[in-house]
Amino acid sequence: MAISREDVIYVAGLARLELNEQEIQDYTQQLNSILDYAAMLEHLDTEGVVPTAHAVPLHNVLREDEVKPSISHDKTLRNAPDAEEGFFRVPRISLT
Amino acid sequence: MVVADRYEMVCGLEVHVELQTKTKIFCGCTTEFGGEQNTHVCPVCLGMPGTLPVLNREVVNYAIRAGLALNCEIADFSKFDRKNYYYPDLTKNYQTSQFDLPICKNGGLEIEVDGVKKWIGITRAHMEEDAGKLVHSGETITTSDASSVDYNRAGVPLLEIVSEPDLRSIPEVLAYLEQLVQILEYTGVSDCRMEQGSIRFDVNVSLRPIGSEAFGTRTETKNLNSFSSVRRCMEYEVARQARALDDGEEVIQETRTWDEGRGITLALRSKEEAHDYRYFPEPDLVPIVIDRQWVEEIRKTLPELPRERRNRLQELGLSAYDAAVVTQTKAMADYFDQGLAQGAEAKSLANWVMGDLTRLLNSNQCQIVDSPVSAQQLVELIKLIDKGTLSGKIAKSVLEEMYASGKDAEQIVKEKGLAQISDEGALQGIIDGVIAANPQSVEDYHAGKERAIGFLVGQIMKATKGQANPGLVNQLLKKKLSD
Ligand SMILES: [Zn+2]
Repeated sequence: MAISREDVIYVAGLARLELNEQEIQDYTQQLNSILDYAAMLEHLDTEGVVPTAHAVPLHNVLREDEVKPSISHDKTLRNAPDAEEGFFRVPRISLT
Repeated sequence: MVVADRYEMVCGLEVHVELQTKTKIFCGCTTEFGGEQNTHVCPVCLGMPGTLPVLNREVVNYAIRAGLALNCEIADFSKFDRKNYYYPDLTKNYQTSQFDLPICKNGGLEIEVDGVKKWIGITRAHMEEDAGKLVHSGETITTSDASSVDYNRAGVPLLEIVSEPDLRSIPEVLAYLEQLVQILEYTGVSDCRMEQGSIRFDVNVSLRPIGSEAFGTRTETKNLNSFSSVRRCMEYEVARQARALDDGEEVIQETRTWDEGRGITLALRSKEEAHDYRYFPEPDLVPIVIDRQWVEEIRKTLPELPRERRNRLQELGLSAYDAAVVTQTKAMADYFDQGLAQGAEAKSLANWVMGDLTRLLNSNQCQIVDSPVSAQQLVELIKLIDKGTLSGKIAKSVLEEMYASGKDAEQIVKEKGLAQISDEGALQGIIDGVIAANPQSVEDYHAGKERAIGFLVGQIMKATKGQANPGLVNQLLKKKLSD
């Protein structure tokens, strides 16, 4: 199996997800079956094929540097889980 | 602690510079500094579901501009990637940045330390968005259980400029940073206001025993915002690592933060996964294709860069020091060039610009672009000295008057009757009077006391309120005394 149980715990940690034992087993199995499926691509001959940077054949979608109105304070904070004095309030994450 | 006898320092720098666009990188919100918290935001820079970023053309223009000035190759094909991390300074849980196909690479710039020139490589420069600010007001960071977040800076365009690990001493690091900031300022890519956080520095430092080829383990200290912090942080980090190596301990590869107040670096939570950003191509933004014509159009608009300016001024006879001072900022260099265009001689113009003008500007907290004395007016003043109309000493007070009133030198000289007395007839009468009034000095002079003539000259200058042409006074006085 390409993905080990430890891989799942590690990735869950990066994503700040708390998984129970059953979920760890389920995701290990599911992630492996997804990767196995994608592994089919390895059988294709990709000699000379330029790596795909984007699925849509477009480039240089650019806008001019013109200021547009921002949204109101009210709207900005409407979906905030917590707010105070115009700030979003979030649980403190200690860095040191 | 002296460590240079045992270890060699190896340093590479990452410099984040805010580009001087009017709007953010992916939305039309203003980049203006300040503003009430969370008022320069919109659904795009708040990362609302269903929104789509659109790249600001001017960000690409500035990135190309900076890349050219830093001798980089500009990529034909470039793209954005997501750098995934969980920290509330960005709402999306990723930063839109560039990973394997940055817009600029393989550049560099020349530094000079103690007369030795050295090329410092620039690995790459890439575009990315800035993050918001976490505020822990009221309580200290360790006691408060919540953080307040302001997203006004989230989405402001940044260029991250990554150097090669070519730097070997703190003076080299500071020289590199000064050069870099100067180039960014000259090209107008950034306002380079460090006090507003327009430029931030990440410093990678490691030590290796002198003579060793292999690099030692490095630490990265993030988010320094002034040259003095960089210097102090590096001094601290070099000493800390040297102590560890001396004691046979291992230096741990980690990210550290600089505590300005305590003057120390601290380890950030050093889980190795903190570096596992799981980059992947940003599906919401299409690639950027830059043709040669685009690059050449920008190249045409580049100003003469600091190094070329310094060389040109040195060819005009300025010392390396003077050339460096008058090209410190583009505004001063432009002022100087305007003066040269008015026909000033380089050395005397440099003396006035670096000396009296700078002193007046500093004491009035005025920038040279706002100088009440234009380059043309300054040159007219210098020409009055060259013509003998003004003595150098009186010219200084005339400049002060010009600065205060904005008037031309000639007008002030006329109004105040400050013109130097170079009329032989007028001086002759004064000299006769001084000789008659000081027979003792005349006698001393004839007795061989050369110094006595100094006293007589002083008396003549006093009698003319300093306006007599000193060269002429000397000449006439000697002639008179030998008659
Ligand atoms: Zn916005």
